[in-house]
Amino acid sequence: MMFKLAALLTRPATKYVFILLALLFPLFAANEYQVYVMSLAFVWAIAVYGLNIITGYCGQLNLAHGGFFAIGAYTLGLLTSDYGWSFWPAFVAALLMTAVLGFITGVISLRLKEHYFAIFTLCVGFIIYMLLDKWEELTHGAIGVRDIAAPYGFGVVDFTDSVPFYYLVLAFLIFSIWFISRLSKSLLGRTFIAIRNGDELAQSLGINLMRNKVLAFVLSTTYAGLAGALYAGMVRFIGPEDANILHTFNLITYLLVGGIGTLFGPLVGTLSIVWLTQSLQFLETYKMILFGPLLVLLVIFFPNGLVGSLLLWMRRKAESMGVAKAPKASRVETSNSATGKEAENNA
Amino acid sequence: MLKVENLTKMFGGLAAVNDVSVHFEANKINAIIGPNGAGKSTFFNLIAGMHKPTSGRIILDGEDITPLRCDYIAQRGIGRTFQTTNLFETATVLDNLIVGHRLRTQSGLWDVLINSKRLQAEEKECRVKAREALDFVGLSHVENRLIADITQEERKRVAFALALATQPKLLLLDEPAAGVNPEETVGLADLMHKMVANGLTVCLIEHKMDMIMGMADKIMVLDHGEKIAEGTPQEIRENPVVIEAYLGSDEDAAA
Amino acid sequence: MNLFFQQIINGMTLGSIYGLVALGLTLVYGILHIPNFAHGALYMVGAFMTYFLMVDIGAHYWVAMAGSAIIVAIVAVLSERLVFHPLRNSPPIHDKIAAIGILLFLEALVQMIWGADFRRISSPYTGILNFDGLIIPEQRLLIIVGAFVLVAALQLFLRKTMTGATIIAMAQNRDGAFLVGIDANRVAMMTFAISGILAAFAATLYAPINLVYPAMGHVVIMKAFVIIILGGMGSIPGAIVGGMIIGFAEAFGGFYISTSYKDIIAFGLLVVILSIRPQGLFTKGAH
Repeated sequence: MMFKLAALLTRPATKYVFILLALLFPLFAANEYQVYVMSLAFVWAIAVYGLNIITGYCGQLNLAHGGFFAIGAYTLGLLTSDYGWSFWPAFVAALLMTAVLGFITGVISLRLKEHYFAIFTLCVGFIIYMLLDKWEELTHGAIGVRDIAAPYGFGVVDFTDSVPFYYLVLAFLIFSIWFISRLSKSLLGRTFIAIRNGDELAQSLGINLMRNKVLAFVLSTTYAGLAGALYAGMVRFIGPEDANILHTFNLITYLLVGGIGTLFGPLVGTLSIVWLTQSLQFLETYKMILFGPLLVLLVIFFPNGLVGSLLLWMRRKAESMGVAKAPKASRVETSNSATGKEAENNA
Repeated sequence: MLKVENLTKMFGGLAAVNDVSVHFEANKINAIIGPNGAGKSTFFNLIAGMHKPTSGRIILDGEDITPLRCDYIAQRGIGRTFQTTNLFETATVLDNLIVGHRLRTQSGLWDVLINSKRLQAEEKECRVKAREALDFVGLSHVENRLIADITQEERKRVAFALALATQPKLLLLDEPAAGVNPEETVGLADLMHKMVANGLTVCLIEHKMDMIMGMADKIMVLDHGEKIAEGTPQEIRENPVVIEAYLGSDEDAAA
Repeated sequence: MNLFFQQIINGMTLGSIYGLVALGLTLVYGILHIPNFAHGALYMVGAFMTYFLMVDIGAHYWVAMAGSAIIVAIVAVLSERLVFHPLRNSPPIHDKIAAIGILLFLEALVQMIWGADFRRISSPYTGILNFDGLIIPEQRLLIIVGAFVLVAALQLFLRKTMTGATIIAMAQNRDGAFLVGIDANRVAMMTFAISGILAAFAATLYAPINLVYPAMGHVVIMKAFVIIILGGMGSIPGAIVGGMIIGFAEAFGGFYISTSYKDIIAFGLLVVILSIRPQGLFTKGAH
């Protein structure tokens, strides 16, 4: 029974059902606020998808992700409010800005391995926060950026309304997932995963480490920039707190809950946590009291997350039932249960 | 096919590999033995380009590959396996192997975005190569199993297959038989013979002396980073320097 | 000229605090290869425990410091037992995420109990020493002397006791240590306890001239990471020297360049140094 339900969930056609549900969501949402929350969750999900590229597939824990999200938001915000740009050119500029800054950061930081990379990116995230907070001439400092333009609807739709904006974000989300699904199946995605399995092994397979890592990093920061720009266009007011390191930790939690290195993990993780905290409003201030132990318990007992565990269970179940029919396009759904440290110790 | 000339690697003030010259012939099984810390793994890392030598040259089929980065060296046809190989535990055996042929393909980000003909063709090709390699190591039947669910010996064979999928001319095997039982060791030795029969050159580091003595065409003995002997198993067994420095004194040799 | 000496005092004060925090971090890293992102939270908990013991219980400064050190040591050992120990064979990304989990939990817990407000701890040493125009507040002198005493005590412990020797043995060779029968669990717990004690002392020493609030650990932990990367991860002298370098860079940078960017100096330094030498300043070859 459980298996049949799970099998139904993982059928390729099921995604169209979910897309349909997402399209209909504003119709049966109780109020506009719920539509707003859903849009916000989608924005976060896009950012988590970006994190999944570098951390999930490529195995490099990037703690500056929230910082790049903020750079995307600020680029759009400042260009539209201070420099009079209209939304879409500023939007493209935000993507370019995060890609270029991601490239520069990546070239410097990705020469560092494991812990060093994580610590370095932690510092990069903090530098971004500090600059947004202190560089008042450019960023208005702690006051933040107001009067950010909403997406221009070319006279057809008005994106200041929450429902049209919801569809805009949904479209970007679907595009984001579509691209990652293609990436994760492709040789390029497999290359990223080979790097996660170990630098040395990847090099022995003739993989150019630096080029692939930097590419993964730039893709991930661009995703963060995309999410940040949408966020700025949605809330229309941003401040340095949007670059707070806690946002990066939030994103990591979403990723881990859903399943690191899986295609639908980021979406499932983000939606479930966002709606869970919404329904537990009284917890909002102290949600980290739950998130903290949740993170710890997840990595100890449930490292594959919701989606990863489901897929693993399905595979095993299918095999034990003797219906080991390989799915046609065998996407590499992976999760970090490899015995990484043992190898490190043996070396 | 592989000529090493006066290879030296210093770490700090210590010579991990000291002035080693050796010639590995094509289509042979070459073994490197020596006590722990003799510089065997460093020697492999130098050939594979993971470390750059302090001095000396490495020549593969007449081409000086010493200055090349390790991914280029892999492309030139040097494959390798490690003592432990991290694989994607929750992906299938076949999925793990497809990336092995990546170095012979070209497609990049743009191909992914437009799902180009080239990408499709290359992915098909990688899949074919992965299956061939899997077939070669005799594991076709576990193609769809998860890595987490296969045996230790099967993992070893998957690691071999991954290296084979890169289509190497020379295969460096770091302690291939470590952690497998005697029966399985025989199976792995047969596999190495099969590789040589198919035109590969094999070079391995191994502690299991009976295995080495039975199968190697040529053995090089390293001790404290220096080559102290080189020859057929028969010559090595009778070499007084080897007996003195290695076989006689170190209990690792018996293990 | 006096202003210059004033900055030296400030640099030494900051360097002492950073050095103590970095010492705990580097010890844990050297032995368990865990970059403990939660270390800053231990520092923060240390300050709040002192605050709690002094304000709510009415303990004397020194008693509160000792109490705080014990509590933080227990928290540190618990985090090792409950979190890092079960994760010792997981992929390297997991323990880092778990450390972040501990950090989030401790911060939220403290914020729930004491709120996010800024608090002050008063020290009994509020006097100011005046050496011919060179003004040294007593608390700053206490920090410098205290840090010196702690480092000396740590050295004695590591060099002269059996437990200390095993910690060093394990830092140098983890696998080898198992072979000669060192109880790795005990060493791990000891190391975490020491790191907690150092963090609590540092926090209590620094708190009277600084503010106490739940997020106070963020900047300190990041600077401690910068320090141990500069000094070589796992190196004890490196942590002390690195602490001083950052302390002086901030004191002088803050004074001669800009106060508002003073917190950025350490990170700028890190970016520059790692860009030139990815393996750190004092480490030789690959790590």
